[in-house]
Order: sequence, then C-alpha cells, then structure tokens
Amino acid sequence: MTRLTMREAISQAMWEEMERDANIFILGEEVGVWGGSYAVTKGFFDHFGGERVRDTPISEAAIVGAAIGAALTGLRPIAELMTINFAFSAMDLIVNEAAKLHYMFGGQFVLPLVIRAVSGGGRQLGATHSQTPDVIFAHFPGLKVVSPGTPEDAKGLLKSAIRSDDPVLFIENATMYQTKGEVPEGDYVIPIGRSKIQRPGKDVTIVTYSKGLEISLQAAETLSGEGVQAEVVDLRTLRPLDMGPVIESFMKTNRAVIVEEGWKSYGVGAEVSSRIYEQAFDYLDAPVVRVAQKEVPLPYNRSLEQSALPQAADVVAAVREVL
Amino acid sequence: MKKEKLLDLYYQMTLIRHLEESGAELYQVGKIGGFMHLYIGQEAVSTGLIAARKPQDRVITAYRDHGVAINCGIPANEVMAELMGKSTGISKGRGGSMHMADVSRNFWGGHAIVGAHMPLAAGLALGDKYAGRDGVTICMFGEGATNIGYFHEAVNLSKVWELPLLWVCENNIYGMGTDVRRASAVSEIQQKAEGYGIAHTGVDGMDVIAVFNAAIKALEEIRSGSGPQMLEIKTYRFRGHSMGDPERYRKAEEVRAWQEHDPIKNFHAYLVKNRKATAKALVEIDSHARADVQKAIEFAEASPEPGLDTLFDHVYAEEM
Repeated sequence: MTRLTMREAISQAMWEEMERDANIFILGEEVGVWGGSYAVTKGFFDHFGGERVRDTPISEAAIVGAAIGAALTGLRPIAELMTINFAFSAMDLIVNEAAKLHYMFGGQFVLPLVIRAVSGGGRQLGATHSQTPDVIFAHFPGLKVVSPGTPEDAKGLLKSAIRSDDPVLFIENATMYQTKGEVPEGDYVIPIGRSKIQRPGKDVTIVTYSKGLEISLQAAETLSGEGVQAEVVDLRTLRPLDMGPVIESFMKTNRAVIVEEGWKSYGVGAEVSSRIYEQAFDYLDAPVVRVAQKEVPLPYNRSLEQSALPQAADVVAAVREVL
Repeated sequence: MKKEKLLDLYYQMTLIRHLEESGAELYQVGKIGGFMHLYIGQEAVSTGLIAARKPQDRVITAYRDHGVAINCGIPANEVMAELMGKSTGISKGRGGSMHMADVSRNFWGGHAIVGAHMPLAAGLALGDKYAGRDGVTICMFGEGATNIGYFHEAVNLSKVWELPLLWVCENNIYGMGTDVRRASAVSEIQQKAEGYGIAHTGVDGMDVIAVFNAAIKALEEIRSGSGPQMLEIKTYRFRGHSMGDPERYRKAEEVRAWQEHDPIKNFHAYLVKNRKATAKALVEIDSHARADVQKAIEFAEASPEPGLDTLFDHVYAEEM
C-alpha cells in the first residue's frame, strides 16, 4: 500500500490506463497546457502530447458530443467537465444521446466513454458553481454513475470506468482532492456497482457516498466515543445501485441514517430509504432519517454556506434520533 | 457516372418515394406509430450525397432518416420492419422512424434532437483522424438546426481541430412550420460557414447529379486535407413536417410549384435526354421499386413483435 491523495489516485488511474491503451485520450477545458483546473492532468500534456490530451474550446456540448462520437469509433475518451454544474450545458447529450444510443439502436452502438465531473459545495463559489446534482444523472437508465469517497476506490473505480464499454459519469468532489488514503500498489480495478462497508458497526447503519463518507466517518468516530458503533456503507456507485450490503447491514442494526451532500428532496436518501422500506420493512425499529443539504441555492458567505451543507454533527444528531 | 450506377440511383430514389408513400398509408391505418417525417421531395439530396461516399465515409443525420437509411444500403425490409416496430427492424423495434442506424454500413443514425448529432459527428471525424484513417464524416442537418447552439459549437470545433467533416445543410425552407426567413438571421445558410472559416458551396437539391458532383468534389478535397467544408443543398419537402402537420404556413400553389421540380422527374428527364435509359426501362425500375416495397411490407407484417422478455436487452453493453 501507498498513501495518496484523491487527486493523485485519479491522476494515476488515467496515467496508467493511457500508458496501457493508446485508444484512451482526454479532452476538456484546460486539461492540457494548463494541467487541469484541479491539476488532475498535470504533466499529461507533456508526456502524452496534444493529440491525446486535447484542450477544447469552452464548449461543453462539443466536448461531450465529440467524446460520444469518438467513443462510437472505438476510442475510449475521457471527457473532463470543469464542474458538474457545466454538465447542464451538455445535459441533452448526456441523457438523450449517451444514455440512449446503445438501447435505441438495438445494441449496435457501443460507447466506452467516461465523463469526469467535479461536484460539491463548500468552496465559496456561489450558487451556480457549488451544486451536488449527482442524483439527477443517476435517474437515467443507460448511464452508470460512479462517485468514490476514498483514494483507493477512486483509482480502482476510474480504471473500471475507463475499461467499461458503457458511458460512465465519474463524479469527483471539489473539496476532497487533498483527502489522503491507503492505495494498493500497481494495477487493480474495483468493479462498478458494488457498495462497500467502510467502517463496521452493529448499532446503526449509515448509508452514504463521496463527501458524505468523510463526514459520516467523522460522525462514527464521535459516536464510538459514546459507545455507539455505527456501520458506514459507502454506495460508491449511484447507478446501478447495489443495495445488498445496505440491506444486510440494516437487518443487523434495524436503524438507518442516509447522508448525502445534495439536496434532500428526491435525493439519494429518498431512494435508499424507500428501498429499505420495500426490502426490509419487518426489520425497521425506527424511521429512516436523512441528512442532506438545506433546500437553498448555496450562498457565497462562508458561514451561510457551511450552515446549508451537511456536517458531521448533523449525522451524529440523526443517529441519536434513530437510536 | 456509369449508366449502371445512374440507374441504381434512380432505383434508390423511387424506392424511397414508394416506401414513404406506403409508410404514410400504413401510418394512417395505425400500423406505424409515433412521429414520422417523410423525405418525399428531398430524395435527390441523400441519394446524390451518399452515392459519392466511399465505404469508409461515415454518415449521420437527423430524424428525417428513411431515405438516408435506404441510400446507405439498409434493405427496405428492415426499414419497413423498424417503422412497424418489429424485432426484425434495423433497430430491433427500439428506435422507430426517427432512430435508424446500421453500423455495418457506416450509417450512424437517425438522431431526433435537433442539432444534437452535430457534435457527435465531430467526434466520429475525430475518431478517424486520431486513428489515421482517411474516412470523411458526412453530417446532414436541416436549416432549422443552424439556429441552435450545437451547430455553432460543432462547426467551430471541426475547424479548430481541422476534422475530416462534410457538413451538409438540407435547406428545405421550413423548420417545422417556420420559414427560414423568420427563424434565421441569414436565410442563405452557407453564410454561417464564413464565420468559421469553412469552405462552402450552394447546391441545387432537386438535381441528384448536381448533388453528387458537389459531394464528390468536397469529399475529395477534405480527404486531401482541406479541413471541414459545408454544402448548402436547397430542397423542398412535398409533405408536411411530420404526419400531423396541418400545413397552415404555406400555400398549395407553392408546393405545386416545387413539385414541378420533383427530383425524380428531373432525373428521369436527364436519363432519357442523355440516352442513359429509355422511358420504358425507367418504368420497369419504378415497378421493381414498387414491388420491393410491397415485399418489405409483407416481410414487416409477417415479422414477430419483439418479445416482452427482451425489454431490458441493450440498456447496457455490459452485463450488470
């Protein structure tokens, strides 16, 4: 094992895959000469050249559309969207083209495509640059939506996404690039569509993903000091959603809290709690509680913004509520 | 063009015409559902264009795609079966009228969101350029699509990256029911190519030979490294935008005037005048096309519906 930041893990995944397969290339705004807005592709341009690390105009429809078209020819593009908020400028291409083409043409079209996008708030970027709209994309059959919460998962899942023959939206969190974690040496993959228990426990099940994992683990640590052992299940993939470990954990703890950075309405919490009710109603000892972002466009002011974002203390409070 | 090829083009045009006329009847009796946009009047455009391509040249178009599908070589049986939603349809009954494609024939659809296929075309062309192949991507779109952002983002990218792309605007004057003069800042669409530094040519879309010649020249130049080019092919659809079009936006006289320039009649006159075929031989080709449409209808009628157990097939390429 080696200790890497999320940024390094994501970067390594792409670097190693590009060394392995010349059909893989990157396109996006400032991915080349600049080295990536979040420095994820730093050094790529010099090493792989401008054909494989393609700077694009500020033109999200062109980026995603060209990536889809190139994928149809057998290349394996990685399109970088500077933030997921800009994905809305390419929304139609993501949902009406990428998510549909394989099905709509009877399986003829194959899209080995990855769209990387940066999600999440907390950086005082204001309402248009701070959203966590991950679930919107997870609504559409035909897309795979992955969002890791640890460097180990980020590297392994991104490699799976790059090797996948289906379109994958790979969502990174803006405030987690410096998050460090143990990462296995060398080449490994983590399959898309598998939830994982990131911390074992017996008293309550916390279901989360991405940034939510960070605050859930903090909360679990606090709770542990109070004698409450929370089991933290990381979804890692929003579509296809793997409920197996969630249900298994819930049948043991009979209590669940669901944590996400996005808004509560119609969110991951709504989906997961509904599935818990459908699949494990008889095991329920308390209503499922959701922790999520308050229902406002995120403000610029730091205190206001932080008050709208879910915090570890909110998770602790929610757990106390279900115990 | 050799006589044999000329006659084949005549066959293709009459096949499209008869297939769509039958399609309209089948639609009226409920055997074809959804939206259906007929190509009648515009047959010379895709016929001439696609006759000029090489097998490595990709074709991608919008939702008025039956003619393009036929010209790309999809058998009438599979086009008709798709219109009827049968399992033997080219998209296995999942696409319908607006979503036909055949990857084995380098036909990449059939896209129903106006303009959305244009950035995809840039990607297809990028794929060939990246791999060092000499294919050119032919992207067809209506004049109505040139007012949406996709057109501008895709055409810009094609020039910035010097992609092997032939942009083909089929200007049939109306975006649904809105005259190009009411919808576009410039009604001569090729002016828009100027803004992106792209070579452009206007072509008479009622003349299949003119379309063919323009396409041959453009494809050759692009293949030799000219960068992307644009053709504006002026044409007219004789039928409504789709099957449910009351056609309040144009007068019957206007349609009749354009029908005087029917591309099939034009081509017929050309073939006879230039002694490429006798009128009798052309009647035979026409009858042959008509019979093939009849066979296609019989094939489609006899074909099974897709099994309900196949509903979830092809949501993903990989096993979940």
